[in-house]
Amino acid sequence: MTRDNNSHSDKANPGIKPPPANTVGIIGWIRKNLLGGWVNTLLTIISIYILWLALPPLFDWALLNADFSGSSGKECTTNGACWAWLDQRINQFFYGFYPPESYWRVNLSLILLLPALAYILFENLPYSKYGRWFALSYPIISALLLLGGAGLEVVTTDKFGGFMLNLVAGLAGIILSLPIGIVLALGRRSKLPLIRMFSIAFIEIIRGVPLITLLFVAVIIVQLFLPPGVSLDQLVRVMIMITIFASAYMAEVIRGGLQAIPNGQYEAAQAVGLGYWRSMRLVILPQALKISIPGIVNTFIGLFKDTTLVIIIGLFDILGQARLLQTNPDWMGKVDHETFLLAALFFFIICFSMSRYSINLEKRLDTTNK
Amino acid sequence: MNTKSLWTNERTRGLIFQILLVVGIAVFFAFIISNTITNLEKAGLASGYSFLGDTASFDINQRLIEYSSTSTYGRAIIVGGLNTIVIAILGILAATVIGFVAGILRLSKNYLISRLVTIYVEFVRNVPVLLQIIFWWVILLSLPKVRNSLSIGDSIFLNNRGIRLPSANFYEGSVLVFSALIFALIVIYFIKRWSQKRQAKTGKIFPFGYTALGLIIFLPALTFLLADQPIDFNVPTRGRFNLKGGFNVTPELVALWLALSTYTAAFISEIVRSGILSVSSGQREAASALGLKPSLIMRKIILPQALRVIIPPLTSQYLNLTKNSSLAVAIGYQDIVSIGDTVLNQSGQALEVISIFMIFYLTLSLITSAFMNWYNKRIELVER
Amino acid sequence: MNENSAVIEISALNKWFGNFHVLRDINLSISQGERIVICGPSGSGKSTLIRCINRLEEHQEGRIVVEGNELTHDLKNIDAVRREVGMVFQSFNLFPHLNVLDNCTLALIWVRKMPKLEAESLAMEYLERVKIPEQARKFPGQLSGGQQQRVAIARSLCMRPKIMLFDEPTSALDPEMIKEVLDVMVDLADTGMTMLVVTHEMGFASQVADRIIFMDEGLIVEQNTPEEFFNNPKSDRTKLFLSQILSH
Repeated sequence: MTRDNNSHSDKANPGIKPPPANTVGIIGWIRKNLLGGWVNTLLTIISIYILWLALPPLFDWALLNADFSGSSGKECTTNGACWAWLDQRINQFFYGFYPPESYWRVNLSLILLLPALAYILFENLPYSKYGRWFALSYPIISALLLLGGAGLEVVTTDKFGGFMLNLVAGLAGIILSLPIGIVLALGRRSKLPLIRMFSIAFIEIIRGVPLITLLFVAVIIVQLFLPPGVSLDQLVRVMIMITIFASAYMAEVIRGGLQAIPNGQYEAAQAVGLGYWRSMRLVILPQALKISIPGIVNTFIGLFKDTTLVIIIGLFDILGQARLLQTNPDWMGKVDHETFLLAALFFFIICFSMSRYSINLEKRLDTTNK
Repeated sequence: MNTKSLWTNERTRGLIFQILLVVGIAVFFAFIISNTITNLEKAGLASGYSFLGDTASFDINQRLIEYSSTSTYGRAIIVGGLNTIVIAILGILAATVIGFVAGILRLSKNYLISRLVTIYVEFVRNVPVLLQIIFWWVILLSLPKVRNSLSIGDSIFLNNRGIRLPSANFYEGSVLVFSALIFALIVIYFIKRWSQKRQAKTGKIFPFGYTALGLIIFLPALTFLLADQPIDFNVPTRGRFNLKGGFNVTPELVALWLALSTYTAAFISEIVRSGILSVSSGQREAASALGLKPSLIMRKIILPQALRVIIPPLTSQYLNLTKNSSLAVAIGYQDIVSIGDTVLNQSGQALEVISIFMIFYLTLSLITSAFMNWYNKRIELVER
Repeated sequence: MNENSAVIEISALNKWFGNFHVLRDINLSISQGERIVICGPSGSGKSTLIRCINRLEEHQEGRIVVEGNELTHDLKNIDAVRREVGMVFQSFNLFPHLNVLDNCTLALIWVRKMPKLEAESLAMEYLERVKIPEQARKFPGQLSGGQQQRVAIARSLCMRPKIMLFDEPTSALDPEMIKEVLDVMVDLADTGMTMLVVTHEMGFASQVADRIIFMDEGLIVEQNTPEEFFNNPKSDRTKLFLSQILSH
């Protein structure tokens, strides 16, 4: 009520003056944020000391004193980092043992992921009808691209490796776990006791054990469960267990979303005569899934990091590639830090940016709900 | 009633769904059980847990209970379970301390320190913990050989076989020192009660914290001197080829501990930070306006409210740390999964061993969630 | 006004939030037992002004002297001032983890070092004064807004302050609860307490205030007795404000 009728007053009231110089601007900022009180000053000194201790040597090691060329670790003679392996091995870090002439297939399926995701996440894009269909068929398209068949040369899954394996396992796990997670979440809230009990037992058992035990099941036990003579591809078995693992966590995220939907929505859907499934599909789930997106992204981040566990059962993801190179006689003892750093950066960039995205989304959802 | 109205009746429909589910599960289990039986018969394996009584015939170098290569598989798995609990407790302690410090530092007004801590938190929690475990392990293994051990103050030695720490020798009379410690704790308990009563009666505030700290140091120290110093430390020294004395912590344990505690601490710091932020600034203002000192505001107003928010997710982080300790198998720290894996490979009893893993971890989860339910009930804020 | 009996003396007070000049050259002297209502549009600096008086906000220029203690960085003086000054907030700020009685006795026990029984009987006395002794064992979450605000008043009064600050005490309340809080405040005014009240309740202002201060854009635009203020406002801005606030 006040703003416009006060706008005249700056001139009418010449009392306005700038604040004391030492409370604003750079000096004010430093006084307030770095030197306010002796504890604060001490912390500043410690921080600067840590930075001074860490940054220049790190910079020296990683860049100034580093070796960038050579065909084996012996040619890395400076005491800086040895980056010579990047030239020969970076592809293997990314694509594993995938045939180099088919790298484009991996790249293409990664690039296609972007529009597919965009059509799922954003509503007002052009051609959204076709876009949705494309997004829905993306898993099949990319499976076809990666595995081959239908005219493309077939690539067996034992060739999958490197960061691509982490991406494939993480993405497939999260996509496949979504429908199962929805069903489990609905089951856990169901009025039917047996269905509810089954869902609770499934979710809690899976969440109660470490992923590695499930991977052991995939490698050792699934084979026992299958009829004699039938065998499943190792990666497929691993994918099944990762999906089961992720779906239990997914179910809890979606349950949270379902709980956040006000009762009025359920009642309204019933009042207009929609049955259980239709009211879920048309009214409740679209809203619940929308508020669950940050949680889903966080589940994905966790799952994606967990895909490195496949090295324990003998697959060579990006961490496996790093280990391969570290134990390679040509490079032994020269590339430990470098390879770990590279693998860590790959994960950091993806996980960090996704977690930022989910935090922003959460903030936005928070404000729109209020 | 015709079939159509059966289907539209909500109750019968629910019944049908449930019967279908039960039948489906039964069929699924019948299928895999019969397959498993055929497969096991073909491989000539007996099922059942009797193999746990067989001789393990492998060594375990970190053991809390008596164990040798002539012990049984069952005992080996118990040793592994205890080792899991050891790393879990060590990790939880360190992660809690680091996490709380980091969480509080992130809230510091000091821009530099809060940024530095944020960088640590963001980096560590966005990199797979397995990568960090193997990283620390490789670093520790690339330390100098035993002969050229690095030393810290000539009493702690680092080499590629691990860390050599001073060990304590307990002589006759050391019992007295421990008794003094326990006695101090009992005295503290009574002082606490007495000081509370006195404060209720007279309003006088007793400097309880300092007294307790003093007692806990002073009483054992005094007994230590009076009982003719019954405890001394066996500080490791450099021998000709090897280190003498002290006790060795394996690189596997150190790597696992470092990685798990720093990784989990990053998550805990976030929990602590948001827990403290969840207490509205009005609470602090109201307390200051009443004249409460900052330390008292923290103790009586902020912490009790923040802990309600902090403890539930904190417990689940503890559980995560315990589950993540199963990654020990990647570097050969002999936890339950690692030893179980060896047992599995030697005996071939895959189903049984993996069921033991699952029961072990599920038990821990159940205990944790029972605690959480109890805690949540206890602290529930009374609202209309 | 008698200069000697001034309990709060503010002179040439200036305060900025960053570059924003929230309080401009405030001069104000309040004597013992005086009841002052501060009003003005939102963002005019009225809340900031009373928050400066017990140092919830720090000022950059000028002097604030409360009961002879000047507010500086000296923690002793801040403590001394807070002993004399009680405050009631818009959002009550009761401690949700403590019951009503413990809310009232906490500071008595830990700051005034009072025996528990004594503290409790004192607290009950004040809870009776705000007319909710029967709620003593309940938790804040179980009370209505009006009841919570009355507890907050009792909690402050327990500390036997000489001056009470009220920061929009009824703004967060539903209309039917405003009266119960205002009644308590009127009773308090009758006891001779020095009061500074930031409020839009003009009825309360005309009933109890000795002086009404109108602030806008960080300035004290006008101060006067209630009759003069309502019937004969001098500044255009006061007139505009009054026409807006009295129209609804």
